[in-house]
Amino acid sequence: MIAKAQPPSGQRHSAGVQLMLRILQQFPPYRWTQARLLRWGVRGRTAVVAIPYFWLLLFFLVPFIIVLKIAFSETQIASPPYQPLLHWAGEKTLEIRLNLGNFMFLVEDSLYWKAYLNSIKVAFISTLLCLLVGYPISYAIARAKSTWRNVLLMMVILPFWTSFLLRVYAWIGLLKNNGFINNFLMWLGVIDEPIVMLQTDFAIYVGIVYSYLPFMILPLYSNLEKMDLTLLEAAADLGSRPFKSFLTITLPLSMPGVIAGSMLVFIPAVGEFVIPALLGAPDSLMIGKVLWTEFFSNRAWPVASAVAIALLLLLVIPIVLLQRAQSAEAKGAHR
Amino acid sequence: MATSSRPELQIQPWNDPQAVPYITIERVTKKFGDFVAVNDVSLKIYKKELFCLLGGSGCGKTTLLRMLAGFEDPTAGKILIDGVDMAGIPPYERPVNMMFQSYALFPHMTVEQNVAFGLKQDRVPKAEVTSRVADMLALVKLTQFAKRKPHQLSGGQRQRVALARSLVKRPKLLLLDEPLGALDKKLREHTQFELVNLQEQLGVTFVVVTHDQEEAMTLSSRIGVMNMGEIIQVGTPKDIYEYPNSKFVAEFIGNVNMFQGRMIEDLPDRVRIESQELGGTIFVDHGVSSAPDVMLWAAVRPEKINITIEKPDQIDNVAHGVVKEVAYMGDMSIYLVQLDSGKIVRVTQPNTYRHADDLITWDQSVYVHWHASSPVVLGE
Repeated sequence: MIAKAQPPSGQRHSAGVQLMLRILQQFPPYRWTQARLLRWGVRGRTAVVAIPYFWLLLFFLVPFIIVLKIAFSETQIASPPYQPLLHWAGEKTLEIRLNLGNFMFLVEDSLYWKAYLNSIKVAFISTLLCLLVGYPISYAIARAKSTWRNVLLMMVILPFWTSFLLRVYAWIGLLKNNGFINNFLMWLGVIDEPIVMLQTDFAIYVGIVYSYLPFMILPLYSNLEKMDLTLLEAAADLGSRPFKSFLTITLPLSMPGVIAGSMLVFIPAVGEFVIPALLGAPDSLMIGKVLWTEFFSNRAWPVASAVAIALLLLLVIPIVLLQRAQSAEAKGAHR
Repeated sequence: MATSSRPELQIQPWNDPQAVPYITIERVTKKFGDFVAVNDVSLKIYKKELFCLLGGSGCGKTTLLRMLAGFEDPTAGKILIDGVDMAGIPPYERPVNMMFQSYALFPHMTVEQNVAFGLKQDRVPKAEVTSRVADMLALVKLTQFAKRKPHQLSGGQRQRVALARSLVKRPKLLLLDEPLGALDKKLREHTQFELVNLQEQLGVTFVVVTHDQEEAMTLSSRIGVMNMGEIIQVGTPKDIYEYPNSKFVAEFIGNVNMFQGRMIEDLPDRVRIESQELGGTIFVDHGVSSAPDVMLWAAVRPEKINITIEKPDQIDNVAHGVVKEVAYMGDMSIYLVQLDSGKIVRVTQPNTYRHADDLITWDQSVYVHWHASSPVVLGE
């Protein structure tokens, strides 16, 4: 019996699991797979753990290497529109041609670093706005009666039922010169002529804050909801007024939620393409738009790849630093 | 009990009609929806007392404490602390500090910052904060842990941080919610005495909530026994143990044997009760006020019952039975004796010398008997 030959690695299984394992043993494909894996020295548990690694390898690392390869190649007018990195020079030499020109180009042409800076500025302000709007909402939901909480959370998540693209399009209808908001304000008599809102930075902020707010609210909510409210009672008991207690107890304890929410908003906002393209001015300089233009309009795949790699590095470094700070914090805050 | 010999409490303010109570709870009721958590409670607590609210879970003791702290408002009634009506005064303006059952230490602050928190709220000058925090940490023996975070401390150390934090503002009244609940038995006993010492040193009035009757007996000057939102009896630990006023109190505090019976002789200085459960008569050497022919309960504590093989020379307060269980506890032995009537009686005997318990074993025919001063007669 295979079951005897390979006892489950040091783990005791419950009676139900044992029964299921025994039934599985009866199936030849299972026995065959297990025997084959075992011959390669792979145990069942290792195989299970390997699946996410395999997933990341296939859908993250391999595409990344392809993009990296293109970023170091030279543009040519052909299909594909770049030259191969490796080619045979003579009979016995394999030549690797690394073209650093694309990255040099990013540094030399002010368009790119201006676009990066502007993207970071827009993402930063949007994150701040999301935090300002999202914190009170999360706080209110976390402190609402438990019967209400799920309903309120549902309302936060509800927009996801509709396509992201459609919701951004809907904002055009609201913001344009003869759109709902302008018509309404003119009907009220607050303004005489429409305010130009569409194709401005304002519209970009509205779009980003609206679209990414749930990503701020959810981690913040889960943090605030977990908070031990007797801490606030203890603070009050020691003479702290409610607002002071919020500043000294609630806010510092919610920092992991603030950081997680900010990351979830900031990172996609930096590379955002749809919102600035639809709501922003045609000349609004966002790195996502630059990338799109390079890739589709100019067909400059190597430059577009270099832009993407630079963006990735730009984002990965602060994430790693923040995560390190956060894990240090988590070690301190949790028992 | 240990505390009844505490010198300053030899003068018992609750027996002095001139004494002004520090806390007056007047007919306080608290309802949560339809549920009555605290029902028409009136209580007077005096300065420097260590008052225990004792009761099972859900008896309303914690709700009463939270009303003193200001976390709950009474539905009806009045609470006065030091003569001031507390109605509408928020917790952060009350001259009261509380030690929480969960300790509620701020996890993001060090021990030092936790203790200093209360003083900072009062804008105490920095130098004074530092010195008072240091003094307090020395008092609870935590000086070398000042820079640690709560999660780096043991349960006993956290308990002491919580105590230091609640005492550093020198409150006139300290409320303690199950202060020793999370500690193991040895540490709990040790801490009980530390708490009493601290309370005497600082002269603070303590109101302690506990479900542990042993803890209440060790700590308190007086105990208020609560059940179903009501105060059943208030008294010194000795009063409560020796003179319970109801079946509930007698059964809640310690172990007790209850014998149902009927009064057959009712004199001002003695009564005689006939009990079928005992299979004889119970003679009590003190008067009991009761209507004749009413069903009564005579309560006898296990340690006040003697167990012998020979028939003792008395007609009352004696019954024959067979030993059904013997439990050797080291310092004493517990016997469960089945009387001829079928009733099981619990008897404890101290093991005053080695092998004192050897004579009485399983299925031994024995007599149980007690002194006429031992029974307490209780109504239904």
